[in-house]
Order: sequence, then structure tokens, then C-alpha cells
Amino acid sequence: MMIELNNVSKSFTLHNQGSAVIPVMENATLSVKPGECVGLTGASGAGKSTLMRVIYGNYLAASGSVMVDGVDVAKAEPREILTLRGETLGYVSQFLRVVPRVPALDVVAEPLLAVGTPLEQARDTAASLLAQLNIPERLWNLSPTTFSGGEQQRVNIARGFAYGYPALLLDEPTASLDAQNRATVLGLIEGAKARGAAIIGIFHDETARQQVCDRFVDVSGFAPQAAA
Amino acid sequence: MSDYNFAYLDEQTKRMIRRAILKGLAVPGYQVPFASREMPMPYGWGTGGVQVSAASLTPDDTLKVIDQGADDTTNAVSIRKFFEKTAGVETTEETEKASIIQTRHRIPEAELTEDQILVYQVPIPEPLRFLEPRETETRKMHALQEYGLMHVKLYEDISQHGAIATAYAYPVKVEGRYVMDPSPIPKFDNPKMEMAAIQLFGAGREQRIYAVPPYTKVVSLDFEDYPFEASKADHACDLCAAKDSYLDEVILDDAGNRMFVCSDTDYCRSRRDAGHTGRLGEEAA
Amino acid sequence: MTPLLQVQNVAKFYGARIGCTDVSFDLYPGEVMGIVGESGSGKSTLLNSLAGHLPPDQGEVIFDTRANGPVDTVTMSEPERRMLSRTDWAFVHQHARDGLRMSVSAGGNIGERLMAVGDRHYGGIRAQAADWLGRVEISESRIDDRPSAFSGGMQQRLQIARNLVTGPRLVFMDEPTGGLDVSVQARLLDLLRGLVREMGLSAIIVTHDLAVVRLLADRLMVMKDGRVVETGLTDQVLDDPQHGYTQLLVSSVLQV
Repeated sequence: MMIELNNVSKSFTLHNQGSAVIPVMENATLSVKPGECVGLTGASGAGKSTLMRVIYGNYLAASGSVMVDGVDVAKAEPREILTLRGETLGYVSQFLRVVPRVPALDVVAEPLLAVGTPLEQARDTAASLLAQLNIPERLWNLSPTTFSGGEQQRVNIARGFAYGYPALLLDEPTASLDAQNRATVLGLIEGAKARGAAIIGIFHDETARQQVCDRFVDVSGFAPQAAA
Repeated sequence: MSDYNFAYLDEQTKRMIRRAILKGLAVPGYQVPFASREMPMPYGWGTGGVQVSAASLTPDDTLKVIDQGADDTTNAVSIRKFFEKTAGVETTEETEKASIIQTRHRIPEAELTEDQILVYQVPIPEPLRFLEPRETETRKMHALQEYGLMHVKLYEDISQHGAIATAYAYPVKVEGRYVMDPSPIPKFDNPKMEMAAIQLFGAGREQRIYAVPPYTKVVSLDFEDYPFEASKADHACDLCAAKDSYLDEVILDDAGNRMFVCSDTDYCRSRRDAGHTGRLGEEAA
Repeated sequence: MTPLLQVQNVAKFYGARIGCTDVSFDLYPGEVMGIVGESGSGKSTLLNSLAGHLPPDQGEVIFDTRANGPVDTVTMSEPERRMLSRTDWAFVHQHARDGLRMSVSAGGNIGERLMAVGDRHYGGIRAQAADWLGRVEISESRIDDRPSAFSGGMQQRLQIARNLVTGPRLVFMDEPTGGLDVSVQARLLDLLRGLVREMGLSAIIVTHDLAVVRLLADRLMVMKDGRVVETGLTDQVLDDPQHGYTQLLVSSVLQV
């Protein structure tokens, strides 16, 4: 298994609001093998994005284990998680967060540079992805902070697919894309599966979901009340 | 004769200064602090050199005092008279005859011997002061031999003037250890500092004494691609025709006429006495 | 892998008052750690204690030296420590004036560390200075200008060049973007990120600006009243803070 969650729970403690403890997830168990794409389902607010963030190490799991390629993200040292994120685990979030002023081409090339790809080669890959996703070439040397929401989303996707991560987390990668770009993104996902990537995705778009997902996990099953 | 103690200073003070001198000789180039006394002359007139000379003089000594190489300038004459009056020692203008030479800003042209002591008047003894104003820090830098800053000064020179423009008080490294300010002598004199005589440096206002023992290695700092050069005006002396001496430029009139003469007056006179004559030798004589 | 820096139980007291205490962490090669906290939280005291500017009252600061492997920098001799701070360590001050020689040209400022370690070839020193000016995006034509003629952002970039010219392995930064315009900050952050990656630098950055650490730091240490209250992966600490103080700190940031 590339990704394997066992009895993962997550709660938030609000120390400045009477130390209220808000449980958001209990006993989440899930596994994804290489080449497989698992779609997360459940109503809005059910905890799909939270689960993804726990897997990425962005949220700290309260208990349970979150194994990604043999590393328990729930207990690993920061540098182990950073290595995992650099070499193994990719994440396409809904929002692009970049250093202002860095050109779109370099934003996309960065994950490749981080694993030691030569600059020219990294930029070539980045350029080809931006072209596939219909970002006009005149924008490549501008910072994406000035781009429209849709363009930013596509830059974000290009960045997520620049390097061939063995595991990928995709948080609504096809949202707000037109038919043509959606088809391109779905093609990228299928390509990643074909090379053996384990993927967990959130897709609101039914046709997209059916096209790329091998199976579905309803996160409502991990809601605390369900366990109670 | 007079009611002064020999050479003006009291014996305790002279002992204190001698201890500083001995320590300076033992640690070549190291600035030894000493309790500089008020002297009957203003700071900047050589109070440090005078105290060192006073502590070094014995009744048998012969004293020579030069200022910019000349025996007859105000500063030199005053100090010579001072010691004539307070020590009653013999004085001379001839370099060879002197056993102690107090100098401001020059080293005599004649080669000094093991029987002589050269006493320098020093205005600012700290060579690192240009870039580092904190005394605590400069002391630490000396202690730890952190002398990179000295080269920053030379770097700045080259970047601004295309060459090391520092023409006097050119920093030297003594016996491979301490970086030292040779006092404001022209850099032409730097190579002469590896000499047979004892060299003592006194800074009155700054209360520092340092020394270079005979035959000590004294290296002028430089860059590999900008080596040190002991430069002088490219002329011969207009009075004695010497080509190897450091020259002063003297403006003669407002028509742009000028002459170059040895700054070492004794050297120039002795050459003329020996029959050497420069371009303007006849008229000036 | 040997940590580049091992900090063990470091404490610094000002009389009875705590500067910082009970601080321990390992920093690995290539890691950038942010230290955040409000004014008076002890973060600058800690940084200065680690960098040898203040002697810590307790604890060990073990650096993996090139020659002798891990050595406690607190007990090493002062000459060794000062040599370290001119070669393998660098310190970027908040105010460029504290880290630059304002009366010395930009080229001389960059060249100083080279000359301090024995470089005696003017042409070579100057070529390296010119190269570094380019790397920090200052025109080579400014090489003979004094930093007093530079803007705040340029001074800060010059300070960085001056520090990195000897290829240090560990850089201490005290509010490196403090007091700069937001646009100038962004440029500096981008530059620092690039240099950190290219040179494989490890860095410890003290700041109260959470946006700065989000962009620069791999991991975060949150300090309050001289003590570490929380540590972890930067985005995890900022997005899912566990300690009450961190939650307060994060929620206090104005959203734009």
C-alpha cells in the first residue's frame, strides 16, 4: 500500500474559547495502492479536505497512524515529512500559495528543482504543462498572484503534476475549469495512475469522478457521531 | 645647570616608561599602554616621543632630533633645546654621530647602526582605527590576529584610486605577528625598518609605546596583484643630485617653478660637502 | 545523518529574569527553522545565544564543524568561535547598518570576509564581489558606492551578499525583512529562498511576521516568555496550532 490510514482521529481544541474540544474525525481507516484513484465523497463539511490535510501532515492527527510510503505522517519529524513531500507525496490544494514576484514558469518548475532536476529541464517540463493547460505564453514570466482564479488553479495543477509523485492528493482539481481544461486535467490524472501513482481525490463533478476514480470512500463514515 | 631632574621626567616615571619599552621590545609591534605624563608642550608636538627619549637618554648620549627629515624646523629645534636644557646632553645634526635620534615622520637616509636608537613620534598608534572605532574590538582583533580589515582599507584604496594610494603611515606586519602603524613616515621609508638600530614608538596622547627590535622582519601589507612599492618623486635632488633619497617638493614662485630637495637635510648637506651638485646646486648654495 | 546544529537545554538569564530557557532542538543540513513569538518572548536572546553573541548561562550549542565534527561552540575558544562566525556561520541583522560597514564601498563590504580568511588577490576578491552583487540583484556598477547611497532593500541585500560570500553553512537571521516595504520584502524573500536552495544553507530565522516564516521556514518554533511552547512543520503549526498561545498568534494576523 502506498497510503494507509488506521483509526485516525482528529479534533480541534480551541484554547482561547473555553478550551472547547471539537472532534471532527474518528476511526478513519483507508488504503490506496499504487495506480489506484480513490474518490472521497460526503456532504460539504463532512471532512474530506480535513482528511486530506491530515494525510499531507498539514493537520496533526490526534491518534492513529497515517502511513505514506512507509512513513507515519502522524508521528514523523518535520524533516521526514518534508522529504516525503518533496519526493513522494504531492498535494494540489484549492488555493495557490506562492512567493509574490516569482514567475509562473518557476512556480511550476519548483517541485522539480527541489528534487535536483537541472533548471533547463525543469523549465521545459513546466512550459509544456502550462501550454497543455492553456496558460498563454505571455503570462509565463509573470507572477501568478496577478492571474484570474481559473488561471491560478491551472498553475496550481501544473505545479502538482510537474514531478511524478508516487502519491497524490487532489482537492477539487477540476473545479471551475471549462470542458477543455477539465479534459486535460483528467488526462493528467489518468497518466499519473498509469505510471503507478496512488491518488486520493475530491471531485464534485460527477462525470470527472466516474472517469478517473476506481472506488469511493464516504468520509461521513468517519464522523465522530457515527462512531458513538 | 638647572633644577630639572635629568631629562625632565622623575626617575619613577622613567622606570615606568622603560618597563613599557622593554615589554614593547619583547613583543615586537604590540602596543603597550603606559601612563603618559603631561609634558611642557602640547599634544601633537611629540610628547610621546619626548617621554620615550627622556627614558632612554643617559648623560653620555648624543641626541639628534628631526622633523620631516629636517633638523632646523620648529618642532625639531624646540625638542632639541628642551633636552639641552633639561638633560644637558650633547646634540648633533649629523646622523652618524647621534646615539639617539628622535624623529617625526621620517627615517634618516644614512643606514643606522646597532649603537643607535630611533624614537618615533606617533599621533595615532592604532592601524585598525580607520575602520573600527571601538578600542575593545581592535584589541581583540590584535589578540586574535584578525587583520582582514587592514586589507579592506587597501582594497578601498585600489578601488578608488586604481592603486594603493596610501603614501604614508603604511601598515606593516612585524615579525609575522602584529600589524603596526609605522607612524606617518612615507612608505618610501618602510623597507628601511628592517634595520640594525632599535626602533621605539611613543604616542603621548594615546598613551601607547611600541617597538621594533634590531633586525626584525617588517613586511608592508599588500595584494598579490598590487604589490607594495616604496615610491618617491621621480627626480634627483636639485641640490645634491641624490637619486636614492626621499624628496620634498618646494614651490619657488607663482610661475610654476619648483624644486625637489632631500627631505633629510643632514644627508643632503653631507653630499654637497662631498662635492655632489644638483641642478640648482650652485644658485641655492 | 548528523545534525548541523544540536541545541541542548540552552538558557540565558538576565539576573533573575528569564531571557530564554529549556531550549533544545536539532537542525539538519538544508533545514530552515523559523522562531516566532511576540516582542520580549526571548527569540532574539535565543538567536544571539546560539550565534555566540551572548554567552548562554546553560546548555550546549553543538555545531558540526568541517574539521573536527560536532563541537560545543559555547565552550570552544573565542578565536575558534570568531573564526566560525566569519566562515561557516553568517548573521543577518535586522538593520543593515548593524551588519555593514557604512564607510566602506559595497565591494569592500563583500570582500571583507574573503580578506579575513586570507584572500590576498585584489582582482579575485573584486570579481567575487561583482558576482555576489549580481546574485543579490544589485547592479555591478554600484560596486564602488557606499551603502549609505543604497535604499533599505538594497542595503539588506548587500548585507546578505557580504555574509554569504564565504559559503557559510548556517545563517542566523534576525527579522531580515523587518522595516522594509512589503514589495521589497517579497523580493528579498524570493532571493533568500533561491539562495537557501542553491547553496543548501541551513538557517534560523527570527521574526514576528508569520507570512515570512510560511514562505521561508521548513519548521517553526513558537516562543513565549522565554520558553518554547510549540514546534513542528511550519504549515502544520500555522494551520493547526496546538498551543493556546500559537492559536492566539495565528488568529491575530490581519487577513488581507
